[in-house]
Amino acid sequence: MAQITLDGIAHAYGPRPKTDADYALRPLHLVWEQGKAYALLGPSGCGKTTLLNIISGLVQPTVGRLLFDGRDVTALPTERRNIAQVFQFPVIYDTMTVAGNLAFPLRNRGMGAAEVSAQVRKTASMLGLLDVLERPARNLSADAKQKISLGRGLVRQDVAAVLFDEPLTVIDPGLKWELRSKLKAVHRALDLLMIYVTHDQTEALTFADQVVVMNGGQVLQVGTPAELFDRPDHTFVGHFIGSPGMNLLPATVAGAEARVDGYTLALAGQYAAPAGRVQVGVRPDFAELAAEGLPVQVDRIDDLGRVRLARVRLGRHPLVARVAANAAIQGTEARLRIEPSRIHVYSDDRLMAPL
Amino acid sequence: MKPRDDRAWLLVLPVFAVVLFSAVLPLMTVVNYSVQDSFGNNQFFWNGMGWFRELLDPTSELGGRFLAALGRNLVFSAVILAIEVPLGILVALCMPRGGWQLAVTMVVMALPLLVPWNVVGTIWQVFARADIGLFGAAVNGLGIDYNYAGNATAAWFTVIVMDVWHWTSLVALLCYAGLRAIPDAYYQAARIDGAGRWAVFRNIELPKLKRVLVIGVLLRFIDSFMIYTEPFVVTGGGPGNSTTFLSIDLVKLALGQFDLGKAAAMSLVYNLMTLLVCWVFFTAMTQLDAAREPTP
Amino acid sequence: MSLVLQDVGLGVPGATVLDAVSLTLERGTLNVLLGPTLSGKTSLMRVMAGLDRPDRGCILLDGDDVTGVPVRRRSVAMVYQQFVNYPTLSVYENIASPLRIAGLPRAERDARVAEAARLLRLEPLLRRLPGQLSGGQQQRTAIARALVKRASLVLLDEPLANLDYKLREELREELPPLFARTGAILVYATTEPMEALLLGGRTSTLWEGRVTQSGPTAEVYRRPNTLEAARVFSDPPLNELDADVLPGLAPGAARLGFRAEHLSLGPPPPGRLGFEGRVSVTEITGSESFVHVDIGAETWVALLPGVVDLPPGQAVQVHVHPSQVMAFDGAGQFVPAAEQPMAEAVA
Repeated sequence: MAQITLDGIAHAYGPRPKTDADYALRPLHLVWEQGKAYALLGPSGCGKTTLLNIISGLVQPTVGRLLFDGRDVTALPTERRNIAQVFQFPVIYDTMTVAGNLAFPLRNRGMGAAEVSAQVRKTASMLGLLDVLERPARNLSADAKQKISLGRGLVRQDVAAVLFDEPLTVIDPGLKWELRSKLKAVHRALDLLMIYVTHDQTEALTFADQVVVMNGGQVLQVGTPAELFDRPDHTFVGHFIGSPGMNLLPATVAGAEARVDGYTLALAGQYAAPAGRVQVGVRPDFAELAAEGLPVQVDRIDDLGRVRLARVRLGRHPLVARVAANAAIQGTEARLRIEPSRIHVYSDDRLMAPL
Repeated sequence: MKPRDDRAWLLVLPVFAVVLFSAVLPLMTVVNYSVQDSFGNNQFFWNGMGWFRELLDPTSELGGRFLAALGRNLVFSAVILAIEVPLGILVALCMPRGGWQLAVTMVVMALPLLVPWNVVGTIWQVFARADIGLFGAAVNGLGIDYNYAGNATAAWFTVIVMDVWHWTSLVALLCYAGLRAIPDAYYQAARIDGAGRWAVFRNIELPKLKRVLVIGVLLRFIDSFMIYTEPFVVTGGGPGNSTTFLSIDLVKLALGQFDLGKAAAMSLVYNLMTLLVCWVFFTAMTQLDAAREPTP
Repeated sequence: MSLVLQDVGLGVPGATVLDAVSLTLERGTLNVLLGPTLSGKTSLMRVMAGLDRPDRGCILLDGDDVTGVPVRRRSVAMVYQQFVNYPTLSVYENIASPLRIAGLPRAERDARVAEAARLLRLEPLLRRLPGQLSGGQQQRTAIARALVKRASLVLLDEPLANLDYKLREELREELPPLFARTGAILVYATTEPMEALLLGGRTSTLWEGRVTQSGPTAEVYRRPNTLEAARVFSDPPLNELDADVLPGLAPGAARLGFRAEHLSLGPPPPGRLGFEGRVSVTEITGSESFVHVDIGAETWVALLPGVVDLPPGQAVQVHVHPSQVMAFDGAGQFVPAAEQPMAEAVA
């Protein structure tokens, strides 16, 4: 049970960092609440794994303090931090049964046999492992092994936080659904702080109450899935969240209008003349080919089963739009309708608020 | 369109020829000797299974001698395995993980492996001498009576220490390679699970070392079972017969006494035992493989 | 030109790896093999490449039996899940390596490498070593090497599985037009239904070593002809129920299934099939929500637009249109609907 505070944490792998580029993780302040689920989302090399390793105690931050419930644990070794971790590839003790694996952390802490057995059964029943308790752990499937890894963390009652490092990497798509909802159920049942590192937006968004989007060692936005989807603070967040990501078009903005390559888009609010590089962003989900709207060239239409996506060009600029289920697109000419309230204005990649 | 060209057999022919002359013909000669008796002058008499019967009968002179030598071999192999395997694992666990320290350690450990076997014998013959040898003189200086030429225990001690010095590095290097193949996540998980050093060794390192250990034990067992050069150089099989291993006895029998028939029978039985041990290890190893889950 | 597999079987002691696989792959088409891990995708590709010889059946290339012909005599290129490049060779040399082996003159080699590098956006990286590249760039190099050979059969075994989600998305978009240009027979193995749909072309679903269905990708998605094909080609998983729950269905139907996007929340409007259940988990992505609902012993997933946040345990009503429900018989074969069977069931 804990709250985790990152107080000015930054990390550089090389000695004597000088410029921002030397830092794998730039200074950041975050507070993670007890009982919540957080995801660290970003591409490879964005610093998310470094941050996870700092929390687990594998990496000592170059600067800053790490607090568990206000207590400074920056210098404490992993084994004294009361955390549990699930790794990318399942880690199980090959020579033991499932029960032996689950009991291992308790036996190491000198718990009595009766209590160990009770705890093991409790954890196994929560994870659906009761039927395989006496089976050798090494012969089980990858998803069962990941459950065992998780179980070794949950079996301890003193666990402050559970860390996940891309735990679904080796799981087949069908089983991912089951394991994900299992994680959710465990989270709800145990009221634990959970931190989940991934590059997969679907995993991050479906798992977390709050998603921390990172890129280049920096935190770009922290928010609920809906906030990240509806109001990305940064063009990178717009691009990274959503599949496909946000359409970003170079534009000039004056008052309540944006001009893109000669075409005019109505905006929902008035904007002060923005400085720097100006782009308008709109998600494919809110750009639809329709009977009326801006004239666009259709390059290609992809049928994805439950939606159809059109790759179109507005003037010179490519973008992706939805095709309504009943719409019949003839030839390469079409009309694009965008809801003004769904258009965001970015100046030098940062979201601008309307006046 | 199935490719088939009988000329391919020509390419295999040289291998057949080499194997024929280096293995099959000598072996057949030995088989021939083993069923005959000779009184010199190249005169041979048919003896059938006689030598084999005598060899396997512990009450006969030949059988008793064979059994004693075999016993010495097995004790020797057991002792050096009992020392070299745990010591090798221990050394591997203590080896540095990288940097210049690793390079230095590797070179130092490789040194004994690079020394020719008779040179190893000679080094220890001098090193362990009670009068001028550094090691022998030092032990005697401590007040312990140590003379490998006169005392059977001292001779055994010397031969074993020499083998440990010579071959522990091999086991250690094999184990080191095995340890390096264990992903970091296992160690991290163990730390999180609160496992102590012993628990990490017992539950992670040892199981993951199983395969390299089987190979290491196999190599060391076969090598020590066939040991000849080093003890021959140091002790010559003595004092008495105390360090006369099978191979040394074989040479004595064949070249010293010129009992070709007895020696041939003995070498065939010796050979069969080695093959049997190889088969046992091979079976053990393949079963270990089968027990491992398929990795995706 | 075409590659035909007739009744191909392959086994290892104690298990069947491929079971009577028959497939026809035409030149210039992209053929997706869709199936979970260990369903036989890689084994099938190895047989196609000539790396393994099947125990039964035969493989015809343009009508010629090539069953026993080893891989080096065939015109095959392969891309693996792991990034396989020569670590000591530059990107240029990596791409050029099959051309060097083929002994192409330098000018021709340069031209082909330049073209492949342009298509895969590797031009600025040609002098680098693979170790200096990102995962996506390494895999692009491997794909370029496969394409530059102009092999008649190009096999890609989950080539994007080890890449970041967003990179995967980018490459999925770039690859189909690139593939279309090669004119080769392309085979692409994946575990992900969404990837198959994005790639288009034709899809064969695999399950336990058998090809359960083969056809144009969108067609296989919309009209799976076996229960296994429907399961393999559904993400979220197929919502299923026993047929005896609803009387008066197509004769012989044993199991029913429909997809998550067809399940709606609320009291059933007329003409739709309604069910009552309890929410087990809700997953919200911001743009859509996955509501997992326990209906008796089954767990269904409803894919709903926008944010739908329901507490676990909440009683809910869900409904689906009968035309979206597929029926399968006891052997898992698709059963065509009789005249308005579901409507009667609703009534």
